[in-house]
Amino acid sequence: MLRKITMTINGEKRTLEVDDRESLLEVLRERFSLFSVKQGCSVGECGACAVLIDGLSINSCIYLAVWADGREIRTVEGFEQDGKLSVMQQAFVDEGAVQCGFCIPGFLISATELMEKKRSFSREEVRRALSGHLCRCTGYQKIVEATEKGLK
Amino acid sequence: MEFRIVGENVPRKDAVAKVTGKARYTRDMGMPNMLYGKVLRSSITHGRIKSMDIHKAESLKGVVKVLTPFNTKCHNFPTAGHPYNLDPNHQDIADRNVLTDWVRFYGDEIAAVIAEDEFSAKKALKMIDVVYEELPFYLDPEEALKEGATEIHEGSKNVVGHNRFTLGDIDIEEAFDQADFVYEEVLEVKPVQHCQMENQVAYAYVEGNGRLVVVTSTQIPHIVRRILSSALNMPVGNIRVIKPIIGGGFGNKQDLVLEPLVAMMTLAVNGRPVLLDMEREECITSTRTRHGARFYMKTGLRKDGRIIAKQLKVYGNGGAYAAHGHAVIGKMGGDFYRLYPAEKAVEYESYTAYTNCSVAGAMRAYGTPQITFAFEAHMDNIALEMDIDPLVLREKNMVQKGFVDQLTGVPILTCGLPEIISKGKEYIDWDKKRKQYSAQTGDKRRGVGFALFGYRTSTYPVCLEIGGARIVMNQDGSVQLQMGATEIGQGAATVFSQMAAETIGIPYEMVHFEEFTDTDVVPFDPGAYASRQCYVSGKAVRKAATEVREKILKRASGMLKIQQFALDVQDGNIIRADNGEVLCHVGKIALDAFYNRTDADTITADVTEVSDTNCIAFGGCVAEVEVDIPTGRVEIMKVLNIHDSGKIINPVLAEGQVHGGMSMGLGYALSEVMLYNEKTGAPRNNNLLDYKLPTLMDTPRLDVLFVGENDPTAPYGNKALGEPPAVPSAPAIRNAILHATGVKVNKLPMNPQTLFEYFCAAGLI
Repeated sequence: MLRKITMTINGEKRTLEVDDRESLLEVLRERFSLFSVKQGCSVGECGACAVLIDGLSINSCIYLAVWADGREIRTVEGFEQDGKLSVMQQAFVDEGAVQCGFCIPGFLISATELMEKKRSFSREEVRRALSGHLCRCTGYQKIVEATEKGLK
Repeated sequence: MEFRIVGENVPRKDAVAKVTGKARYTRDMGMPNMLYGKVLRSSITHGRIKSMDIHKAESLKGVVKVLTPFNTKCHNFPTAGHPYNLDPNHQDIADRNVLTDWVRFYGDEIAAVIAEDEFSAKKALKMIDVVYEELPFYLDPEEALKEGATEIHEGSKNVVGHNRFTLGDIDIEEAFDQADFVYEEVLEVKPVQHCQMENQVAYAYVEGNGRLVVVTSTQIPHIVRRILSSALNMPVGNIRVIKPIIGGGFGNKQDLVLEPLVAMMTLAVNGRPVLLDMEREECITSTRTRHGARFYMKTGLRKDGRIIAKQLKVYGNGGAYAAHGHAVIGKMGGDFYRLYPAEKAVEYESYTAYTNCSVAGAMRAYGTPQITFAFEAHMDNIALEMDIDPLVLREKNMVQKGFVDQLTGVPILTCGLPEIISKGKEYIDWDKKRKQYSAQTGDKRRGVGFALFGYRTSTYPVCLEIGGARIVMNQDGSVQLQMGATEIGQGAATVFSQMAAETIGIPYEMVHFEEFTDTDVVPFDPGAYASRQCYVSGKAVRKAATEVREKILKRASGMLKIQQFALDVQDGNIIRADNGEVLCHVGKIALDAFYNRTDADTITADVTEVSDTNCIAFGGCVAEVEVDIPTGRVEIMKVLNIHDSGKIINPVLAEGQVHGGMSMGLGYALSEVMLYNEKTGAPRNNNLLDYKLPTLMDTPRLDVLFVGENDPTAPYGNKALGEPPAVPSAPAIRNAILHATGVKVNKLPMNPQTLFEYFCAAGLI
């Protein structure tokens, strides 16, 4: 069944009809070309599709699009301001956290969620907060280092 | 050799695109009016299809075509990403077609649907009725090789390949007779999977001019093109393969997986674009795995710890199709022989067997992780039995600079092994901890372990090694660097750009590297595998960049009226070679080359370089672990990888490679394994929840150290680094567990189940 929903995507209000079986992942990729939202497993195991929903990092592959009605959605496409990378994006670039890059938008989403809490985190807290994301290239080390740098 | 840009931590070429979502991976592109393909996979492990009814599926709304083994066939093809061999006796085994009526593993490709949308395609798959006639199946290579076993491929006797060599002046048995101490044992490793984050995905269409275009997430675009050509009986020139940004490969994409089928799909619908992608479950079961293997190892030594005879028989689990054939298991022979050469005799024999497991292929380090686990575990077992420090045993036997490999003729001109040992000992406080942990009791016990390895850079002389590079200078003096060598996330675009900038004499930012590898554009190069690109394709970059530099200097000499030998290019400027005085920017020379009315001749170079040398990268891992005996859990307290990979082109990128390899090695050591139901042959853990690749919480701090000297055979002093980091962690951790508990764990993975069984058998529980 089609339903009309309204959500804010990267600061812009969008109203559209979605099939109530559609995931938010499908809608963001296929209707809005937000390709940073990556499909790695489709069942919430890898974290590559995470987006910020009202400030919380959530796997969009197991989040129905209809649930997003009235909510604020953010992806890494919306992180740059005035043509400048966000502090966290810049930290990922500077620390060499990026390799194949497929998991990186998801990590950036969770790292940004932490950053917006505006408090300090222990390494253990950072590690736990990022542990819902899988990466096969980096052994996570530079990703954790970059996140800690971005949080400073 | 002194470098200005090679060796520097320049920023990655693609990092900004990847943190902003602008990087385009295959699934992020596509074509208007694109159809969606889906594959029906077998729900049995071995058998024949007696009948297949596609009637209902065909009549479903949205379904355009249903392909079956009975209505869709091309020429049988091999799938391995190997260079073509002109000798028909050395070509890869062509045992695959796009769809099969002879099911050889659970998840084999038996039909395909092309539909207007994904939903209809998936629905149609469920409407295909298949009747099977089942055959006995084998999950173990030695079972498959038994006399009278049912053949998985007709006439094969289930042997994919076999080889054997002997070295030395005397017979192996005679050499064992002369030994003071002989040690013999069996070791085993199980299949594991790459789990690169991006599953295989490809789309294909036919252009208006009749040419087939395949856009695919591959490590080997030029090889894909050549194999498609023979499978489809289509001239190579009529095929164009494009590799976009790719989300990891690790060897899983050094093989044709989707490309022949997606090509057949578009050809079946008059060239309309068709997308074929894989779900994670399909990717784990039905792409490639790392070979499992069983090792029968026997070594004879003198009292003083010198090895005089070594014997090894390997049975490799090749899975359901040949893919890389016997190359992976066969390669183990060189690794086995080379690291600790025996004084008197060596005998190696190996079989790769067809089984009904998922298809084995290339996975990061191509056989070396398996054989290194086996012989590094064997070395520590010997050291324990002979009551020698395991590092002393290694120092007495390990290969040295000046050694010439009798199998390949390749000399070892640089060897960092002594430094690897000394730095590793210092890091872990080896001598103290070996004593301190030698007589522990209680549930939690600690131990330290070490493992070494050698890794051949590139495939020479086994295969032809050839690389291509084209450099085209722009009007502003910057250059386009075009290569068939592929960026797959490892950082190739960045390091090749560093090399070109170094040799031409321009800043790194003035080298533009197109990461989309398009066989219509880039020169020939077989692609990303064998840790070959920086070495082999790097030679092509050096050659092309040298030519460009010469052309710049020649034109500058004419323009400035100064003899060429008195000029140099540095940091993007033409300078006087003797005093460094800046004369002009290269942009001025480039502009003249484009637009001089009497003497225009743009500055370009298009080269091919055949690499006829090789070198060995060395490395080691040292680890301290704490073993909880009642639960079989292992905690890694400290772990360091040390690499002699010659000159490190970009230390930050190199560290990243090592971290990723170590993480993969830790998974190989402690948790990863492909599980199959013994009764049905079905996979039991083909998803990222049950297949235990390390998460962040499982991963300790990973320490990295680079040692060694520039290798004279390499273009920039560099030796292999891409694959080697995945090699030594598993045996180092295994040896630390041995030190902690006294239990010889001869099997991977050393997960709680395995360790519990070993500890029970040893009477610790």
